[in-house]
Amino acid sequence: MPTKTDIFSKVQEALVDALGVEEEEVTPEATLQGDLDAESIDFLDIVFRLEKAFDIKIERGELFPEDILTNTEYVVDGKVNPTGIAKLKERMPFADLSKFEADPVVQNLGQQLTVQDMCNFVEHKLSA
Amino acid sequence: MRWFWLDRFTEFVSGSHATALKCVSLSEDYLHDHWVYYPVMPNSLVAEGMAQTGGLLVSELYAFGELVVLAKFAKCQFDGEVRPGETLRYRAEILQAKDAGASVQVSAHVGDRKHAEAEIFFARLGPESGDVPADTRLFDPAHLLHWLRLVGVFDVGVRQDGTRLDPQDYGFVTQS
Repeated sequence: MPTKTDIFSKVQEALVDALGVEEEEVTPEATLQGDLDAESIDFLDIVFRLEKAFDIKIERGELFPEDILTNTEYVVDGKVNPTGIAKLKERMPFADLSKFEADPVVQNLGQQLTVQDMCNFVEHKLSA
Repeated sequence: MRWFWLDRFTEFVSGSHATALKCVSLSEDYLHDHWVYYPVMPNSLVAEGMAQTGGLLVSELYAFGELVVLAKFAKCQFDGEVRPGETLRYRAEILQAKDAGASVQVSAHVGDRKHAEAEIFFARLGPESGDVPADTRLFDPAHLLHWLRLVGVFDVGVRQDGTRLDPQDYGFVTQS
């Protein structure tokens, strides 16, 4: 099991390569879409690079559960309802969703995903 | 002018790699609209040739039946210039692939000289992605088959076990 520092270093490298950003920009608190300008296609690139770097398999929706965010059972008027929040927490134990819970507009989730969340995700996968 | 930026495949191995040639001729219009007294092939069109080589290889992964679109060049580097009378040799290799898309490493050589190298991402827009209506398609199947035949996909294309690719395996309607 790699250390937290090793994980951060590899995640940082993956994000630098996938997003064309400087290493200094990829801090733990930086948000992928807000600070690092990641677009939707970049998530596939990031997933490929994480799979290769850590020798893991990441299934569709595992990192970013878009199926929940497009399900009318969980989303009402563009906001995730309490059932949906519970489902997200179940599927994303690696992410800190407290900020999202305060204003659960669907688009906010991607905006708030941080580099640290990515590191937690990898750690979660490696320990599974 | 037609939007064909490779002339023919010389190798096409399903799910693995492909090699294609593009002969640059002074008779092509674009060479006269770039630098009038010093015709070179613009690198943007070399990039298009690399994308078409990799794109058809990826499209075959999804049985030529899905919406496969160029998503991004993750890396792209050029060195030197390509002049009329020269032949570009594109080689594409699939790096990783999933339901959602694939990444491809593509190089372009003129003789032994490496002219360009790129890592290209293609997205597969299935109906489940929600990005496109269910009945959307990029090509009329007859036109796609015509293109694949023009560039020799079914002349040289094989699966990894060496068996030949056949248009009928992809649901193309062929005239006997």
